[in-house]
Amino acid sequence: MAGPPETLPEAAADITAGPEPPGPMREFWHHYRQNRGAVVGLGFLVFLVLLALFADFVAPHPPDAQYRDAFLTPPVWQEGGSWRFPLGTDATGRDILSRIVFGSRYSLSIGFLVIVLSLLGGITIGLVAGFSGGWIDSLVMRLMDVLIAIPGLLLALVVVAIMGPGLFNAMFAIAIVYLPHFVRLTRAATLAELSRDYVTGSRVAGAGLPRLMFVTVLPNCMPPLIVQATLSFSTAVLDMAALGFLGMGAQPPTPEWGTMLADAREFILRAWWVVTFPGMAILLTVLAINLVGDGLRDVLDPKLKRS
Amino acid sequence: MTGEVVVAARDLCRYYTVGGGLFARGQILKAVDGASFTLRTGRTLAVVGESGCGKSTLARLVTMVERPSSGRLEICGTDPVGVDRETKRRLRRSVQIVFQDPYGSLNPRQKVATILAEPLVINTRKSARERREAVAAMMRRVGLRPELGRRYPHMFSGGQRQRIAVARALMLEPAVVVLDEPVSALDLSIQAQVLNLLEDLQAELGLAYLFISHDLSVVRYIADEIMVMYLGRPVEQGPREALFAEPLHPYTRALLAATPVADPRRRRRRDRSALGGETPSPIDPPSGCPFHPRCPLADARCRRERPEPLQRGDRQVACHAVEEGRGP
Repeated sequence: MAGPPETLPEAAADITAGPEPPGPMREFWHHYRQNRGAVVGLGFLVFLVLLALFADFVAPHPPDAQYRDAFLTPPVWQEGGSWRFPLGTDATGRDILSRIVFGSRYSLSIGFLVIVLSLLGGITIGLVAGFSGGWIDSLVMRLMDVLIAIPGLLLALVVVAIMGPGLFNAMFAIAIVYLPHFVRLTRAATLAELSRDYVTGSRVAGAGLPRLMFVTVLPNCMPPLIVQATLSFSTAVLDMAALGFLGMGAQPPTPEWGTMLADAREFILRAWWVVTFPGMAILLTVLAINLVGDGLRDVLDPKLKRS
Repeated sequence: MTGEVVVAARDLCRYYTVGGGLFARGQILKAVDGASFTLRTGRTLAVVGESGCGKSTLARLVTMVERPSSGRLEICGTDPVGVDRETKRRLRRSVQIVFQDPYGSLNPRQKVATILAEPLVINTRKSARERREAVAAMMRRVGLRPELGRRYPHMFSGGQRQRIAVARALMLEPAVVVLDEPVSALDLSIQAQVLNLLEDLQAELGLAYLFISHDLSVVRYIADEIMVMYLGRPVEQGPREALFAEPLHPYTRALLAATPVADPRRRRRRDRSALGGETPSPIDPPSGCPFHPRCPLADARCRRERPEPLQRGDRQVACHAVEEGRGP
């Protein structure tokens, strides 16, 4: 019989330790660096964060200071522009560059808070649905299907209409719009992980439900969630600008980018710079975040990982 | 050290309802249907059978991941169904499991030291330092350097991972370890290392092994007793030597005949009882003896009447042909 005979080599007891393995962060950076677009995006994002943090020092004027001698001044390189207002002024004489710089604070913190809100909610609901199964699972998932079926901006408008316009309510509304995506992702990842042996192993070792959920399973569900969170960050900035444009988000004179666009609506034909520069700010930010999200997906998505 | 009964199962059954939906009634799948056995400290009971015969379900029952549908299971003299939390906790500690696939059985996001310490964190009040020491001691015991604890599981080879899995199972000093095909995912040379490790640990710690396998050559090497299962039912059970020397049940004979022989001079006379056909579906098992469609000895009684396990010397066989002395 072809079995392990009695004369087997002794178990190789000394397995060489080798050099210390690189830490997970260094390994991550090594892979992330391969994607040049992602690095550029990350660079721009860091620049934006710094801009937001030090807006008081960077911006040449306060965001809501009105200069009565300079309504609709064109940007510096155009006839009639001056270095006093590099990107021109709007209809009430406010410096557009300063408003964009201060507006980055709103856009970034809005994106961040929306993501944190829907990520927390989505992870909790998704884990509960995935672990409980049965009718709870069905009920939760059908509810999420209903939410997904409604166009995002429309849903956000409804929520804002119920709660009243304002920055925080708009953020809450957008968080609700994104919730189903996170719930579905978490649930799908949870179900995939639950069938794996290490979860059963933890169970046999006596792990309770909270431990199984948050210590055993959740860390293994994180990569797709991180990618989704980054990509949603950019759409959250966009949606917030849209709500602001519709007058349902940040209220004037807040220098939020979408609200700035809304204020500038009447002057689109007369003074192109009033709309163009806030629009460019939104565009570049969203582009940068998407590049970062793409890079993260390349590194974190196990299906794309080459190793 | 040997002799104390740690697991006793009587007529253990586990049924699943499969299919079915809102309006349709599901069908019943009898994954394990009446398994009885005892397991003593320091001994190895091997459960053998084709895939789908209920081996892994048996493992899930003994590890208390699932409850039996009927029948009685006693672990260290206590029935785990319907006991209070504290007793259940104690019982849980005494049965641990090692899985087949060393790539799926270790949490990929935790370092090895964390994986090994987890059972202690959950079940004991040991301080972080005591835990670290226990982990290091266990890693040495299974032949790994304690420094390797800082690595993640994907940095190890299959054999090393299986050592880690064994170490994890032993962290709580269990009385019983369920080994669910622990070496079938490994290379032959690594298999031998892991099997030797398991034997050494058993001798040292007086562990009882429930060794689930489909590989008879491995079973011959490690088992003390063997239980052959077919479609959720044990068909033959007995000591290793006797069972390998003289298999009684036609299914056992067929299994032994199907095991390849590496040595051409030792090749056995080709047994004509090699298996044909496929394993029937456990959802719709054949009438009477579930083995009769593939059995060379089947007659009218086998198609009608289900054989019950009968004691024959130190063995139990569930077969009408053996009972009536109808040999091949």
